[in-house]
Amino acid sequence: MTPPNDATFDYAMPSLGADMDEGRVIEWRIAPGDTVHRGDLVAVVETEKSDIDIEIWHDGVIEELLVDLGQLVDVGTPIARLRRVGGGPPTMKGAPVTTERIAEGSIAERRVASSPLARRLAADRGIELGDLRGSGPGGAVVEADVLAASTAPAAPAAPAAPARPDPPRRSADTMRQLIAERMSTANREIPHYHLARDLDVDALETWLAERNANRPIDERVLPAACFIRAVALAAARHRDLNGWWVDNRFEPAESVNVAMAVSLRRGGLVTPHIERADERSLDEVMAALTERVAAARTGKLRSSWMTGASITITHLGDTGADLVHGVISPPQVALVGFGRPRSLPSAVDGSVVIRPVVTATLAADHRATDGAIGSRFLATLAQLIDHPEDL
Amino acid sequence: MNTPDDIRAANPSIDRPGGHDHVDVATMVLSAIADVAPEVEPELADLDHDVDVWNELQLDSMDHLAVMTRLSEQTGIEIAERNYPRLTTIRSLCDFLAAGGD
Repeated sequence: MTPPNDATFDYAMPSLGADMDEGRVIEWRIAPGDTVHRGDLVAVVETEKSDIDIEIWHDGVIEELLVDLGQLVDVGTPIARLRRVGGGPPTMKGAPVTTERIAEGSIAERRVASSPLARRLAADRGIELGDLRGSGPGGAVVEADVLAASTAPAAPAAPAAPARPDPPRRSADTMRQLIAERMSTANREIPHYHLARDLDVDALETWLAERNANRPIDERVLPAACFIRAVALAAARHRDLNGWWVDNRFEPAESVNVAMAVSLRRGGLVTPHIERADERSLDEVMAALTERVAAARTGKLRSSWMTGASITITHLGDTGADLVHGVISPPQVALVGFGRPRSLPSAVDGSVVIRPVVTATLAADHRATDGAIGSRFLATLAQLIDHPEDL
Repeated sequence: MNTPDDIRAANPSIDRPGGHDHVDVATMVLSAIADVAPEVEPELADLDHDVDVWNELQLDSMDHLAVMTRLSEQTGIEIAERNYPRLTTIRSLCDFLAAGGD
């Protein structure tokens, strides 16, 4: 394939999260000759976690599609060539093709050194690369190793007939594997500290009930959206918790992009984010949340939701546990948890009364902050929840 | 999908006076749930219409709102939040919708 010239540029397979290193286009939404604009959906990419609608970041005219449907390619591989219109991206003569820059943990670190062909073969044959001894440069697993493993009679895991040309790679098992790796990294590398604070949600519940009573059902707001707004506003005030730990230092995020853990019924979870949640209205956050949860559950996430989250929320909901001691999603430095709403006896003005309470927790990275900052964050959160009309 | 016949076969008790309304409305309610949460569809045919459907199917508040929004759109019936506590079973939902709300 020739490199792009001055009149053209390539669009590369984007990284759709720290745990993605390859993907395959399963549907094109564009064809050669089409004019595209920044933000347009160009393809559906199958990753291990979900099918994701990927967006283009520059205006242009599609010249050529560079990969076949179903072809597994590494992140960064050019998948379409575009002709420039107007400015387009800077020319990248001699520079390697790069994806949109995002602060993400090292992908190479968790990956078994292997050749692309070996990975493809292994995926087709259901072989775990990690189980193989590599004979390539630097111990990399190469084609011959995979072929040897798949023909070895002693390997019962290897299916006899690698017949299906395009096997589904994603399953509850691969999702489990990804979460296992990511959370192991988090627990190994991040010195977590955990804080908790009970939030009195009486004012919030009363205010929401009144607000929702006067609105049609599609304009009603759930407590989850209020928690996202509150975390966004609190993170905007405590910027040390909003960003990424990269290269042994904290890199603050410029905007507050709040990710929300959405559990999937087939198992596992995904964490799409709401960009600039601190600058959106509560209604806008609710609409964004509804859209992302529906997309997550039907496997139609957008690429722009999957990278660049600066802080994450896990909300256990009405039937969840009382509180959660979360595990941070690296390279982020904070995770905020909301437990199940409970009626608890509380001391108010010297009397014991029953109040609705949600326990908020903060798991934070001790490399980036200390408990004092975490405590102030939770205090801000409590104050915001106490004044829901400001959300 | 859950045709009225499937549902009737799975739930003989709903064929009672007025049961046809219930079956038709139940089909709509179950379809709305299946649209929002396709993964629970296999459980719908055998679902007891008198249990707390949200707990039984492990549907969360987002699913709940999505189902209620769909039903409201399809029937034109306003489902106020204050009615939520009593709309926890397929039967109570059907009775509510068949009566045109409250």
